[in-house]
Amino acid sequence: MEKNKSRVPISQQPYQIDPKKGNGEIGGTVTVEINGKPVQVPFGTTILDACREANVYVPTLCHHPDLFMGGHCRLCLVEVEGFRTLQASCAFPITNPLKINTTTNDVRKARRHVMDLLLSEHHGDCYACVRNNNCELQTLAKEMGVDTFNFGHTKESRFEIDNSSFSLLRDMDKCILCRRCVRTCIDLQEVGVLEAIGKGYDTHISTFMEKPLADVICINCGQCINRCPTGALRANDPSDEIWKAIEDPTKHVVIQTAPSPRAGIGEEFGLEAGTSLTGNLNTALRRIGFNKVFDTNFTADLTIMEEGTELLTRLKKALVDKDKEVALPQFTSCSPGWVKYIEHFYPEYLDHLSSAKSPQQMFGTIIKTFYAEEAGIDPANIVSVALMPCSAKKFECNRPEMNSSGYKDVDYGLTTRELAMMIKESGIYLPDEEKSHFDDPFGEASGAGLIFGATGGVMEAALRTAYELITGRQVPFENLRIEATRGFEGIKQASVKLEGCVPDWSFLEGVDLKFIVAHGTANAKKVMEMLKAGELKDVHFVEIMACPGGCLGGGGMPIPTTTEIRKKRAQAIYAEDESLPVRKSHENPFIDVFYKKFIPEGPCSHKSHKLLHTHYTKRGKYIV
Amino acid sequence: MLVLEKNQISAEIEDLAGYYGGNRTALLPLLQFIQKKYNHISDFAQQEIARVLDIHPVEVYAVISFYSFLHSEPKGRNIVRLCRTIVCDMAGKEKVEKAVERELGIKFGETTHDGRITLEFTNCLGMCDQGPAMIVNERVYTKLDPEKACKILSEVK
Amino acid sequence: MHNEVINTIHQGGILFGNYSPGDAIKKALSIGRENILFELRESKLKGRGGAGFPTSTKWMLTAAAQSDEKFIVCNADEGEPGTFKDRVILTEYPWLVFDGMVIGGFTVGAKKGIVYLRGEYVYMLEQLNNYLDKMRKEGLLGKNIGGKAGFDFDIEIMLGSGAYVCGEETALIESLEGHRGEPRNRPPYPVNTGFNGKPTSVNNVETLAAVPHIVINGGTFYSTHGTSASTGSKLFSVSGDCERPGVYELSWGISIHELLEIVGAKDPKAVQVGGASGICIPKTQFNRKLAYEDVATGGSIMIFNESRDMLHVLKNFMEFFVEESCGQCTPCRVGNTKLLEGVEMIESGEYTFMYLNKLKELGKTMQLASKCGLGQSSPNPFLSILENFKEEIFQSNGNGVKHGKK
Ligand SMILES: Cc1cc2nc3c(=O)[nH]c(=O)nc-3n(C[C@H](O)[C@H](O)[C@H](O)COP(=O)(O)O)c2cc1C
Ligand code: SF4
Ligand code: SF4
Ligand code: SF4
Ligand code: SF4
Ligand code: FES
Repeated sequence: MEKNKSRVPISQQPYQIDPKKGNGEIGGTVTVEINGKPVQVPFGTTILDACREANVYVPTLCHHPDLFMGGHCRLCLVEVEGFRTLQASCAFPITNPLKINTTTNDVRKARRHVMDLLLSEHHGDCYACVRNNNCELQTLAKEMGVDTFNFGHTKESRFEIDNSSFSLLRDMDKCILCRRCVRTCIDLQEVGVLEAIGKGYDTHISTFMEKPLADVICINCGQCINRCPTGALRANDPSDEIWKAIEDPTKHVVIQTAPSPRAGIGEEFGLEAGTSLTGNLNTALRRIGFNKVFDTNFTADLTIMEEGTELLTRLKKALVDKDKEVALPQFTSCSPGWVKYIEHFYPEYLDHLSSAKSPQQMFGTIIKTFYAEEAGIDPANIVSVALMPCSAKKFECNRPEMNSSGYKDVDYGLTTRELAMMIKESGIYLPDEEKSHFDDPFGEASGAGLIFGATGGVMEAALRTAYELITGRQVPFENLRIEATRGFEGIKQASVKLEGCVPDWSFLEGVDLKFIVAHGTANAKKVMEMLKAGELKDVHFVEIMACPGGCLGGGGMPIPTTTEIRKKRAQAIYAEDESLPVRKSHENPFIDVFYKKFIPEGPCSHKSHKLLHTHYTKRGKYIV
Repeated sequence: MLVLEKNQISAEIEDLAGYYGGNRTALLPLLQFIQKKYNHISDFAQQEIARVLDIHPVEVYAVISFYSFLHSEPKGRNIVRLCRTIVCDMAGKEKVEKAVERELGIKFGETTHDGRITLEFTNCLGMCDQGPAMIVNERVYTKLDPEKACKILSEVK
Repeated sequence: MHNEVINTIHQGGILFGNYSPGDAIKKALSIGRENILFELRESKLKGRGGAGFPTSTKWMLTAAAQSDEKFIVCNADEGEPGTFKDRVILTEYPWLVFDGMVIGGFTVGAKKGIVYLRGEYVYMLEQLNNYLDKMRKEGLLGKNIGGKAGFDFDIEIMLGSGAYVCGEETALIESLEGHRGEPRNRPPYPVNTGFNGKPTSVNNVETLAAVPHIVINGGTFYSTHGTSASTGSKLFSVSGDCERPGVYELSWGISIHELLEIVGAKDPKAVQVGGASGICIPKTQFNRKLAYEDVATGGSIMIFNESRDMLHVLKNFMEFFVEESCGQCTPCRVGNTKLLEGVEMIESGEYTFMYLNKLKELGKTMQLASKCGLGQSSPNPFLSILENFKEEIFQSNGNGVKHGKK
């Protein structure tokens, strides 16, 4: 018997139409009547989607467009003619003509009852909750006009807060058991940390043997946070400590900002997704009191230099020295969620991982070494903050090995959401801020560093540089757009032919440089299984991001998240790239200066290894 | 746990999983087997099962926690389940309950100090026509009265 | 057998009537699929598991589904409080069930049958497996059954592990697949997408046991018993306050009153029909008939005499549902606890009628909004007991502290 791979029964997976056949096929569409109005929808569409098609609003809670069917909360109930009971519209695939009514008294009463029941069990006060004003439960309560708790409102806490993890905090008292986190962690990410435990009234979401999150295999990707409708899951917020450091006159507080937060933070201020606020953000950060604002893209460019050189070295070993031991393909290592994933699930392949640190950690080291020296500040007094789209970055900066500077390289990982809160606390309305530049000595970075934020971005940046270094010519694509790396397909595979190589790299002449781009750890798993099966022998470079969509879909980005929103953020990033004067990492003048001044031996040299590279831990899957 | 015992558990799990085609369908039979043989399903056994069936340990734990006859923490060598449903209740379950508690010196939900017996309630055993009823491990006893129940329990090892 | 279960069977004529094991299989193979389905349709046999879905339709749909693999599942999870007829059939007449499964396999095109036996009944496992072995030896299971080339069918017994909700057919399938026994969204139905995503017909033990008789004696013979909408006989699991508890095979359409006479009920004041999820019938309605068209039931009859405290009965049921709900959907998971809290309020005298009325409304919502039959039927006892026994329950000047005769 074939292994039943997905946890989800086939019947609960969305019905998919063969795109080749199209919906025009006979029987490919069905006409249903919603509140008396006919709508034609593809066979297998859920009633919920049909309602949206017909502009009929149906409240939902456990449904999420990124995930498999739920049907747990029962808020999206509708009446379907011929059925004795009400049906959950999110979980009802249409396969024959139906008459649907979304506004009967029974439906309204039932939805309100469900809401009342959820609220009766919900132990939380909106004033004291991270999700206040961005909570689906709260919003629905308002929409339904809840003005009293018909079945009470519990005052009794049933669960202890789990704050064991550097990245996540679980407050199960606020959990309404929609199981989106379960479907995220098991089906979407295939990490498998969270599941529904117990039965009946005892049902709750927990981990293996109810262990604290820090003790189980959580990769800290935070995807569950992004999909949790309530404040039950959130990131571990360091802003109090950061505020303290800012107030402390002896501390020099610097912040580096990653590309994705700029493209997403506008959403926290009510702007359309995909509004880039880079310049405004710089000003706001200074107004909050950060002493310096640096651009993480600078170290992204640096990563390209280091990781690219590492790849070329591996290729040389493999092709010229005929070294059989060299691990190819090389995998990117900038996504800390992915790094932890491979450490746990595929520890035997760690030598494939580039030893280059992630941009965040490279910057951390540089700030407390070269920058401290340059600026004449005692590194002990520097507080280094990293604004990241990511919850796993919080774990990463707390890795014990991340102290090449002699200090904790990065003190705090701050997410986009948390910074937005800090900005609001300071009484700043971000979109109205003036625009300003990043601080020297690192200045502006290249567009290549910027596109790190989207899945495929690292690959694209690497190719722009590698191709040019190897052949002496620019990558042969219009406007430097390497389309093969772009888009949200789970796994992308392509290649570039290397021809007319410069003498230094003549051994690569005629080589088809093959690469793979994958995002989301479920796809990473597929890639690793391909590797295991020996199917990646002729692939050279693999980019993997733990989060669906890449960093712009990271666990620290504004909530909600959907494919639509992620697309818009990506568009913003790619558009900004095209607007920049420098769009290749190696052409970033600051990079050149940096190497000349600090690491004259160049990328992957002894000194660079000491400061800009790291090593990994074989963690394995066993939970003690 | 001794290495030897670990190896044995792993081998048993692999065998049985193989019999069911290495499919997740094997999960319940596997859990029932381990439960019966070792009295509980340790976190090591759970992770071995997860490894062999290629699922996540938390999924195994979630399944165990769902079924009331499976448990992840050690209990007594003998598990006594007294039916708490209404018909047995009317037939004198409470008297049996009190007598057994008195006799063993523990409450329902607890295990004797020597680890001999765990007392639990269970829902309808399907013996309503001859209640009160209980199961000791796999064996069914019906038409209990306090004395009979205590005698049965005194005889289990 | 090393248990002391006594199976008391009273009356009986059809299901427990004459039948020699294997006969129906042979006849079925000779008359062919169409004729089996025809006889089944004529018999108007409806599912005995509680839902009462026509068995011929279920088999027809499974037979019509396109697939390389199909399954017949026998639902022997019998967890409904007060039900024990399947236990009796399986221990006394296992051949009826297995023959029924083989015939089902032949009819729908399944090669495999699975019996999902509740964990509590593990004591009968060995005996059942021995019987299956015997069938294999006799060529009634295995390859080319009954000499029919190409008809392969075998039966495997899987055990449950103490979860009532696994009796719900989609939860049962989830459980078989190694998951938490949480009911699935429907549609699609198991007849299309069942075990391992393949067409599966889930049938109750008693339903399957009726099939051999229908095949042997014909559908018309079966449909002459009972009423026009409820044909054939029904097994009733009778327990509670009566002289002769046990399993009774009676014709559909018998009144509760008549049944109480037969079983020797003393001083009955209430009968819970259909188990915990059924409804509670007061004395004044004892003339109602047991049939799909009046009081439908899976066969559980629990009798309460005048000395019983109905609030206590209700509490026992609600505790059952709070524990046995799978916990996946809101109306059932939280709703049942609210109803139980309501019962406790009455018990302690700290209730208002306004709040109880809210709970009754909630109960009606649960019937409509829950994902599966458990939550849809769990408010039944709450609604029917509070309605039918309000004098008793609220007798003492509205403070409710004292209820029922002690
Ligand atoms: C909570 C719940 C428990 C059930 N338990 C059983 C059971 O123990 N045995 C059974 O045969 N059907 C049970 N059913 C009914 C099954 O879902 C299903 O309808 C039945 O097995 C179909 O068989 P039938 O058509 O032969 O009745 C249960 C349903 C629900 C909702
Ligand atoms: S989770 Fe939502 S409803 Fe609950 S306290 Fe927070 S904001 Fe309020
Ligand atoms: S952070 Fe990622 S791995 Fe951890 S529980 Fe959430 S989804 Fe799972
Ligand atoms: S933690 Fe959040 S996402 Fe998970 S079940 Fe609870 S409310 Fe839903
Ligand atoms: S109604 Fe109850 S048993 Fe059924 S799915 Fe909902 S919670 Fe589970
Ligand atoms: S949104 Fe449909 S059941 Fe929750």
